Amino acid sequence: MKQILSIKWLALLLASMLLGGCATPAKYDYSSFRESRPASILVLPPLNSSPDVNATYSMLSQTTLPLAESGYYVFPVTLVDETFKQNGMTMPADIHQLPGDKLREIFGADAALYIDVKQYGTTYAVVMSETRVTAEGRLVDLRSGKKLWEGSATASSNEGNNNSGGLVGMLVKAVISQIVDTLSNRGHAIAGMTSYRLLAAGRPNGILYGPRSPLYLKEGSPTP
Amino acid sequence: MRFFPKATRLFALTIVATTLLAGCVSRPQPLYYWGDYQSQVYGHFKGEKGPEEQIQALEQVREEARAQGRSVPPGLQAHLAMLYGQTGRSERLVENLEAEKKQFPESSTFMDFLLKKFSR
Repeated sequence: MKQILSIKWLALLLASMLLGGCATPAKYDYSSFRESRPASILVLPPLNSSPDVNATYSMLSQTTLPLAESGYYVFPVTLVDETFKQNGMTMPADIHQLPGDKLREIFGADAALYIDVKQYGTTYAVVMSETRVTAEGRLVDLRSGKKLWEGSATASSNEGNNNSGGLVGMLVKAVISQIVDTLSNRGHAIAGMTSYRLLAAGRPNGILYGPRSPLYLKEGSPTP
Repeated sequence: MRFFPKATRLFALTIVATTLLAGCVSRPQPLYYWGDYQSQVYGHFKGEKGPEEQIQALEQVREEARAQGRSVPPGLQAHLAMLYGQTGRSERLVENLEAEKKQFPESSTFMDFLLKKFSR
């Protein structure tokens, strides 16, 4: 009888440990990020692993808002792209291969953001078609070459309107609502959502706030 | 129920109410006034919007921001500079690159790189 009881207790202990695991997902290790504390971010033209040719610039044009509102200086994406083009670099894959110290020399950026758009487009079905955009991001310090952060995010047209999102989320929504809802533009609107989820600070395992944000160095407090 | 005299309770209530209301008033607002800057950038990349059309739209965003005492987002004035360059107005190009640099000293290296290129 005594033995059965202890087995019961053991089961209870195991169950609570498992549940405890659920409650606290693995925390991102921010030690390199905290050491580096970049103030400016150079967003490179994203790689496009999707079949839609619009993915690169659709994503690139919507990265400034979440990063800037998180407190970073974001280099003017159009001028950065133009600078690469004038130097014969038109393919994101080639640009992503450029050495960090070269980027630092021209732009003077603290960190570079490498994005890969994994999924961008609409799958058609009889009942309900879905537009989905998925992207991965990697932030690298251009002074030390160290990787500061990486993450991924996805958004879908079938989610409904259930995300709370805080201040920046509301702002993103307002900007997205300016996009005329045609089938060809739907991917762009969803990409705006994906970009926000990937790049806005204050989200679980997201980037940290930058120096221009009032929340800089106050991580852990909930988003306003 | 008589822990505090009525006046004290009233006073406490007033403080609580004021704090709550103050919380509403000082709700944080976005760091920048965006207007339709992001969609102008997309239109530029897609080649759907010409430089003149973008200049008009972005000057309007800058005007609205100024009227509200807000800041324009990073890159807006630098993008404007490029548009002025494309339409042959080099004076305004330099002016706007300088404006970006002044607003965001983080951009200095890149803005100086561009200024050097255009002043040649």
